[in-house]
Amino acid sequence: MTAYLLRRLMQTAVVVMVMSVIVFFGVHVIGDPVWLLVNPQMDQRDIEAAVRALGLDRPIWEQYVYFVRGALQGDLGRSFIFGEPALTVIVQRMPATLELAVAALVMAIVIGIPLGLYAGLKPQHALSKIIMAGSIVGFSLPTFWVGLMLIMVFAVMLGWLPSTGRGPTATYFGITSSAFTLEGLRYLFLPALNLALLKISLVIRLTRAGARESLQQDYIKFARAKGLTHGRIVRVHLLKNILIPVVTVLGLEFGNLIAFSVVTETIFAWPGMGKLLIGAIQTLDRPVIVAHLIIIVLLFVVINLVVDVLYTVLDPRVRVGRQTA
Amino acid sequence: MVFLRALAIAAGMVLFATASSSQELKIGLSAEPSAMDPHYHNLTPNNSLLSHVFERLIATDEKQRLLPGLAESWKVVGDTVWEFKLRQNVKWHDGSPFTADDVIFTFQRAPNVPNSPSSFAGGVKGKTVTKVDDHTIRISTEAVAPTLPNDVATIMIVSKKHGEGAKTEDYNSGKAAIGTGPYKFTKFTPGDRIEFERNDAYWGAKPKWTKLLFKPIPAGPARVAALLAGDVDMIEDTPTADIERLKKDPKVQLSQGISNRLIYLFVDHARDVTPFAKAKDGAETKNPFKDKRVRQAVTKAINRDAIVARVMEGVAVPAGQFLPDGYFGISDKLKPVAFDAAGAKKLLEEAGYANGFKLTLHTPNGRYINDAKIAEAVAQMLTRAGIETSLEALQPSVFFTRASQGGPNNTPEFSFILVGWSSGTGENSGSLVPLVNTFDRAKGTGTANRGRYSNPEVDQISAEALRTNDDTKRAALLAKATEIAIEDVALIPLHYQVNTWAARKGLSYKARSDEFTLATDVTEK
Repeated sequence: MTAYLLRRLMQTAVVVMVMSVIVFFGVHVIGDPVWLLVNPQMDQRDIEAAVRALGLDRPIWEQYVYFVRGALQGDLGRSFIFGEPALTVIVQRMPATLELAVAALVMAIVIGIPLGLYAGLKPQHALSKIIMAGSIVGFSLPTFWVGLMLIMVFAVMLGWLPSTGRGPTATYFGITSSAFTLEGLRYLFLPALNLALLKISLVIRLTRAGARESLQQDYIKFARAKGLTHGRIVRVHLLKNILIPVVTVLGLEFGNLIAFSVVTETIFAWPGMGKLLIGAIQTLDRPVIVAHLIIIVLLFVVINLVVDVLYTVLDPRVRVGRQTA
Repeated sequence: MVFLRALAIAAGMVLFATASSSQELKIGLSAEPSAMDPHYHNLTPNNSLLSHVFERLIATDEKQRLLPGLAESWKVVGDTVWEFKLRQNVKWHDGSPFTADDVIFTFQRAPNVPNSPSSFAGGVKGKTVTKVDDHTIRISTEAVAPTLPNDVATIMIVSKKHGEGAKTEDYNSGKAAIGTGPYKFTKFTPGDRIEFERNDAYWGAKPKWTKLLFKPIPAGPARVAALLAGDVDMIEDTPTADIERLKKDPKVQLSQGISNRLIYLFVDHARDVTPFAKAKDGAETKNPFKDKRVRQAVTKAINRDAIVARVMEGVAVPAGQFLPDGYFGISDKLKPVAFDAAGAKKLLEEAGYANGFKLTLHTPNGRYINDAKIAEAVAQMLTRAGIETSLEALQPSVFFTRASQGGPNNTPEFSFILVGWSSGTGENSGSLVPLVNTFDRAKGTGTANRGRYSNPEVDQISAEALRTNDDTKRAALLAKATEIAIEDVALIPLHYQVNTWAARKGLSYKARSDEFTLATDVTEK
């Protein structure tokens, strides 16, 4: 197990390294942020001073060496735009994104599992067919379009929910979140639903497939033969077994929710990391882009690792230490 | 079942929806200010927002004309010395009095903010501030500086007491964000919201709104939706595609005003062979733009009225020079060049281009209103006149790097570009000198002269204007230099942008040419 963890750690270091090189040089190739940062009225000498102040007058490899030196000490550079450490800028916006991702995950579970179970248990029922058709729609509609439609219907036409931004926050147990206030929940609902839509569809399909497969298994037949009630079979025996793949997939998808909330955050002006990333890409704020991606890579690695380790706990047949891949 | 519960929750939430108090104003911004430090980032989103908290010695009205701000009056007291009388009885938000020391401190701090990506050095440069008494200062310069008041009008004054040793972070946290303005800083949540409250001790007219909430909503459709949903009371930078629809909406009121931003075309004046102009068969040819007749043909081949009507949906004004009517130092003789296809063809023939030539037009995509669409229209119009023009639209970050320094030795790379310009000083020298004076790093002229236009006569008259303290004479000189440059087709003006603010019915905004969004100019009927 220890050797396995060590090997994973080494792999992670290599991935982060390669990613930082690609992003660092990639952003450099795109263009020079200075022309977007400076006031056009500034004269040539002031522009050159700004270039020097940002360190952009140095050759790119030298900038990279400088960056790596800082990164090894935990300093990922200062945002060109905000003038504050890139890490600070990102961490400031992290709670909003985490909150959105958790809310979307909860929605995926609370809505996806019951619907999927229903469709799996009664595959011929008309409602099941509607659920499955709905999940296909959820899969295929583009997020930005759904987001705009949600705003159009629930905010503009019906006026039920706010269209944009994050609501007021409250702090409990050291966690500051807008999910703790009623007003905050109203703001959270639409963006979380938009982000969750794809995951809901995914959970529906996974649950349904799992349920249909398990229903054929001997242990279910045996339970029936024993005379257990239908409800008990479903709750205790069926659900437990189909939850294993669902939990695994959701664990991995959680990383996706955090990393790819970009579109939803942009449309709903949600003040999270995704909106920050889009802004940073548009203005070529390289330190923020690089730091953001490093954080995302680390996040994925940690989530994958946790899922792997949990798997050995959940399923005794799996032994991660002996994996050869 | 669960769906029903979700619906029930949603319905329940509606009951808690509160009507917004009429005294709070919520504004949707198109760009997020990067800091609450008024000297950190010299860019419109910051300068506009912070004008609520901080004030300048000289204020500007909606047409950028100068008005007394923290200074009651100013005058020239020697060729190179200006005297400013400061307003008495002005208090900082913490109650301490505003004095000359704050001004002196501000002029020291403004150009020296650490990590500033775009500093205020330009407005402060070459100026020495001395104190005469607590409410009188003198600003002396190395040379005659007739536009000194315009420069001074760009610098926001900060409190010495709170600003000494303060970093940008201290302004963001609110610790140092102590101004004299009509609103006090309350809260800044980066990426999310900025909150201000009324300064009841304000020296000027009492502001109407007790609280201000600014929300950055960069996506245009989302900004419009926020207004329609009633989440904000007003938005800036209304997307042109939505304007027609919003005009018909009984719940919405639009406020429009011409901006000082000129959209124009620049041609390569400098190189003998320019990389993006080729002969019809693709062979290398001499730079056609060196011939004034070709430049005239280009400007005549463009139908500005059609661009304004079709591409801009009527939300722009055809341009014939650098700044619209009403600005200091413009020419009253210059009108937009009329569309004349036959005339353009004839001029091309005279210049020896009866068969035309091949050209590439480069444009940023997403920097100015409808920029790539305008360029598309221009390319079609030129192709019709015989200049076979193809279009290349680039990301602004890529475009400006290459257009400014993409060529050898950091020279401009392109042959023919579409760009925009607004005069930072709010008068014509702020356009004339950076755009069509010879590029000269040492003198600081021609900073934005990406066509590398160079005309000694224009340079000389512009320089003379900047040595002339007499307003009437200076205005005449600036107008004359503009006429020479435009007559020589130094650049090709297309139109001035018109900015549109949209607000809920009953609110109107005094549209500003500098694109600032100021809550103090929002009135309720």
